[in-house]
Amino acid sequence: MTIVLDSISLTSNGEPYIYESHLTLERRSLNVLLGPTLSGKTSLMRILAGLERPTTGKILVDGVDVTGVGVRKRNIAMVYQEFINYSSHTVYNNIASPLRLQKLKKSEIEEKVQETAKMLHIEDMLDRYPSELSGGQQQRCAMARAFVKDAGLLLLDEPLVNLDYKLREELRDEMQEIFKKRDTIVVYATTDPLEALMLGGNTVVLREGRVAQHGSTLDVFYYPKNVDAGITFSDPPMNILKVSLKNENGAKTGYFPDGTTFNVTSHLSKLDPGDYQLGVRCMNIGLKPFNENDIKISGEVDLAEISGSETFIHVKHENVRVVSQSEGAHPRHIGDRIDIFFNHDFIYAFDMEGILVLAPDRNGSNSPQS
Amino acid sequence: MARIDMQGIAHSYIPKPKQEADYAVKRLDLNWENGGAYALLGPSGCGKTTLLNIISGILDPSEGEILFDNKKVNGLHTRERNIAQVFQFPVIYDTMTVYDNLAFPLRNRKVPEQRVKIRVQEIAEILDLTSDLGKRASGLNADIKQIISLGRGLVREDVSAILFDEPLTVIDPHVKWLIRRQLKQIHEQLDLTMIYVTHDQLEALTFADKVNVMLDGAVIQQGTPEDLFEAPAHTYVGFFIGSPGMNILPCTIEHGHALVEGQKIKIPAAISKTGAAAQGSLKLGIRPEFCDITSSSENGGVPVRVKKVESLGNYHIVTAKIGEVIIKVKVPEKAQINPDSDNHVIFSQDHMILYENEKALNLQ
Amino acid sequence: MEKTQNNKAWFLVLPVFIMVAFSAIIPLMTVVNYSVQDIFGPNQRVFVGLEWFKETLQDTELHAALLRQFIFSFSVLLLEIPLGIGIALLMPKKGWSVSLSLVIIALPLLIPWNVVGTIWQIFARGDIGLGGAFMNAIGVNYNYTANYMDAWITVLVIDLWHWLPLVALLCYSGLKAIPDAFYQAADIDGASRWKVFRYIQLPKLRSVLVIAVLLRFMDSFMIYTEPFVLTGGGPGNATTFLSQFLAQKAIGQFDIGPAAAFSIIYFLIILLFCFIFYQMMMNVGKGEKK
Repeated sequence: MTIVLDSISLTSNGEPYIYESHLTLERRSLNVLLGPTLSGKTSLMRILAGLERPTTGKILVDGVDVTGVGVRKRNIAMVYQEFINYSSHTVYNNIASPLRLQKLKKSEIEEKVQETAKMLHIEDMLDRYPSELSGGQQQRCAMARAFVKDAGLLLLDEPLVNLDYKLREELRDEMQEIFKKRDTIVVYATTDPLEALMLGGNTVVLREGRVAQHGSTLDVFYYPKNVDAGITFSDPPMNILKVSLKNENGAKTGYFPDGTTFNVTSHLSKLDPGDYQLGVRCMNIGLKPFNENDIKISGEVDLAEISGSETFIHVKHENVRVVSQSEGAHPRHIGDRIDIFFNHDFIYAFDMEGILVLAPDRNGSNSPQS
Repeated sequence: MARIDMQGIAHSYIPKPKQEADYAVKRLDLNWENGGAYALLGPSGCGKTTLLNIISGILDPSEGEILFDNKKVNGLHTRERNIAQVFQFPVIYDTMTVYDNLAFPLRNRKVPEQRVKIRVQEIAEILDLTSDLGKRASGLNADIKQIISLGRGLVREDVSAILFDEPLTVIDPHVKWLIRRQLKQIHEQLDLTMIYVTHDQLEALTFADKVNVMLDGAVIQQGTPEDLFEAPAHTYVGFFIGSPGMNILPCTIEHGHALVEGQKIKIPAAISKTGAAAQGSLKLGIRPEFCDITSSSENGGVPVRVKKVESLGNYHIVTAKIGEVIIKVKVPEKAQINPDSDNHVIFSQDHMILYENEKALNLQ
Repeated sequence: MEKTQNNKAWFLVLPVFIMVAFSAIIPLMTVVNYSVQDIFGPNQRVFVGLEWFKETLQDTELHAALLRQFIFSFSVLLLEIPLGIGIALLMPKKGWSVSLSLVIIALPLLIPWNVVGTIWQIFARGDIGLGGAFMNAIGVNYNYTANYMDAWITVLVIDLWHWLPLVALLCYSGLKAIPDAFYQAADIDGASRWKVFRYIQLPKLRSVLVIAVLLRFMDSFMIYTEPFVLTGGGPGNATTFLSQFLAQKAIGQFDIGPAAAFSIIYFLIILLFCFIFYQMMMNVGKGEKK
């Protein structure tokens, strides 16, 4: 089935939760809703589920308007952050409950429950109660209950956020396998850009109730249409710096507000003179030059964090905070002076309104927006 | 400041424990140096919170002695141990202003109001709370509330150690760094012993000078973040640290090679020697960062089937299989990997570690 | 937050509507009807407008009963709320003794109200009652039928015995909801037992206390059975509280008009005070809201 959200908006008690948006979800697609907390992800999911009625707009499923239809009539399944299970039912009965509502035969129910439990590695726990299970197992039970339904739309609202780090990695891998084999539309909400990249599919970037961009995940990542999408789709957020480009003596020079200058080269030389916001991701800012045409900036160390394999350094330059990511361990103290280098080839240029003007060349192809 | 020593500490929640498995914390000796920043890292149920509660005094250990500056404190009440603790969710007094919240511990100890004012302002300055002092604490954001909880611990001048129990749990991911910065600043400016409990390896490694990795009630390795990354002494440490974790390949050693699922893997001479002499079950560990994908079997390339390539910005993670054993490889963004062509994995000879019964054999 | 439209819910609520209509709304409307008429007999009624209201409000006997009632209700609140909190603080939080103490505390709540009155009526008698005889034996001159102070105290004690458990149980559930971390943090902060109560427990009991105060006020303001069974309203009219006074007027004297008018005033007084209490308690200690 195909789902279309047409001019959907949501306002509650005078507060806008979602501004007017259009979205199309294709059959068998995995759609990641990426955005910080309170960006509208959960509201959007509730509208898709039928738990909430949009203030304006329509929802069309295969062309049929289902906007007023209650959640019980819609063909959906949902998994929440909190591990929600029927505490008085065994795991078996938990998974079987949607099937019993559908009035399937006992043998069919048995088969489906066993199959789904095996898929989620909980086939040995079918006669236990949720309170006897660990967090990860409880969430697997909740997922099994959602997956067993074979619903047309599967909604997952940050399902891994309450689990241990390593458990998250494990379950994410398993979920990807499961999604590949199903015929449903999957909508997965998360605040973690890495998770979006790992899941692939399509990404809808949300910020403060607005859809900043949507498209295939890699496209959105490599070609953020605006500053909002760029910032949201990186962790740590993309660094944004204001510059002025001027033509001087036949060459282009870039000026930072504090007077630091740099020679404009690489793809940026295609830009017309004017004011821009340059966007650079942390991994393209380093402690050593990448190439000779790198932009050098001096500043003060605000925070240095070493994670074993990499170092994140927060640098204060004038009133702007820039985060750099480098391989290896590079200890620094708060307040140390430091020079950092921006890899010229990976800089994005946005205009002063925040719209993308020029993106870095990627594998030889140069395309401003898709 | 305090030096904390734990000697022969063990704890069981059952009154008469009979076997190892009954203990939440198995017999250990740990030392926490004055002014150090430590992390207790491990999965849920590994005993890290139990250990923290033993240090703070909430729990009395079943066995062993705990000493603060060489003075035994077993049985001493929490408030007499001069420690401060920050919990998973912000604990503040709703009815008071931020100022009163910070002043509370001092006023309880009958510190003169003059001194209270100076101290509260000092700490508010360090924590960037000065502009919030007059506000009612209950209306503020979770991250500021956590900083206030932290401030209440710092405001007492006799505090010897600060304990953190997964303090970033309810904090918005986008502002976590703010609190981490405060913690780093406090560590540099105030010379306090800090102990941080978490299951998040990134948090532990960025916070601590020394990390204790725990599993099933025991500390399986203690080291700096670099140590844990480069030289994990236990397969679990290799697996737990790093994202993705270390590749652990069950193997046998024969004729100077390692055999994984029937495939020969080139190994350095030192490993083949120790491996040949070993009796227990062997595993070969190597991090995804130290592997590479090529198209040929030159240089020891081992044929693999590529199952998945995930693009993560400036690198890719390739999931491949030797037989049924999964291997993850980190390759730079520019690499073009075609799952259908003949792919081989090369393992860096300098970064292999051989494990016997989960414990490392050949760490330098 | 809106739920999607579904009209089926109305059908489920219909039976309740009908019941409430018959047992409350229609009688209420009838009372309003009576309150503006003078009724001499079954078929003789005269519309008198607001005359009954005026007369009732000027009735000095009514004023006396109203005063007694307020003193009683406020005494009840002043005694029961603190004592209830105190009992809740003392009750065990863990282990087998929890169920035992909960059951014992709840027992008085299970007894029918006129049985409560009867138990105490006998218990407090000077000749054969355990309590009364004991008091006289130790030299205290105690007689609830003759001495109005004794009667008052006895009625208060009955109410406490009967309803204190409700306040205690409500506060107990409120206390259970406070996470341990707060107590641990207070310990680390060096807070005394009193400070822990004032700054952690009391603020967190707010919503539970609102319920307790409202319930106890409403019930005590309408109290009828216990004082009636104990003293019949005596000695004299020392313990004739408002509802008994109203009953006497309506049924005893067949003055339906004024009684109806007064019923309405009674209802409005309770409503007003509940509103005041609610507003006061919900807004105490609340500062800037986000």
